[in-house]
Amino acid sequence: MSEAGHISRHISVQASPFDLGAEVGRLTQSRTDIGAVVTFTGLCRDEAGQLSALELEHYPGMAEGEMSRVVAQAEQRWPLQAVSVIHRYGVIRPGEVIVLVVTASAHRVAAFEAATFLMDYLKTRAPFWKKEHLADGSSGGWVEAKAHDDLAAERWSAAQVPSVD
Amino acid sequence: MVKLVYFAWVRERMGMAEEMVELPPSVLTIADLALWLAGRDEAAALAFANPDVVRAAIDKHHVSPQTPLKGAREIAFFPPMTGG
Repeated sequence: MSEAGHISRHISVQASPFDLGAEVGRLTQSRTDIGAVVTFTGLCRDEAGQLSALELEHYPGMAEGEMSRVVAQAEQRWPLQAVSVIHRYGVIRPGEVIVLVVTASAHRVAAFEAATFLMDYLKTRAPFWKKEHLADGSSGGWVEAKAHDDLAAERWSAAQVPSVD
Repeated sequence: MVKLVYFAWVRERMGMAEEMVELPPSVLTIADLALWLAGRDEAAALAFANPDVVRAAIDKHHVSPQTPLKGAREIAFFPPMTGG
């Protein structure tokens, strides 16, 4: 439980699924100062029926550490009242949840922007790797990192540089 | 002795998740270590065939290839991350 005005933070790396409503409740219960909650949930796609599961490997300890560092950056940058980041590992089937970001603030802009920032940074900095298992029983191999994910993360550092005009 | 840990396809190509190694005095940075491992055996040569792609961490913090290894207890090598 958190007192009003206090940042509450929940970070978890877990094998089990999470419940969106319960996770939002964890941040908002017993508080009356929060005016906006934004959530992002990432799910496993079946890639038009070709994928039977994703296997997520992670670096225990560093995953939690990197998630905490990314959350700390978001807290410095936006007036957040509460943040939750959950990332699953292990075998995850199509339709199941993989990742959750919840941001709470007095107003919507900070909550929206911080949630986007957190996902952009988690994708490029949190030590997780996806391996595909295909519906025909074969391994689809390791998912390759996408250049547009790097660009999405980089635009946040570019936004910090003062304009020369 | 320093602990090396590997993840994802780096782990698969190395054929192991972790190992303890004695670093030669000439191995001073992450880039030196990757080069030294690549020259050690065929598995490592495959894992580090394109060293620019392999990322590294020292004691669970991201580091660049130029980072010195001095004082490191655990050094990790892994592909670019694909979580989220």
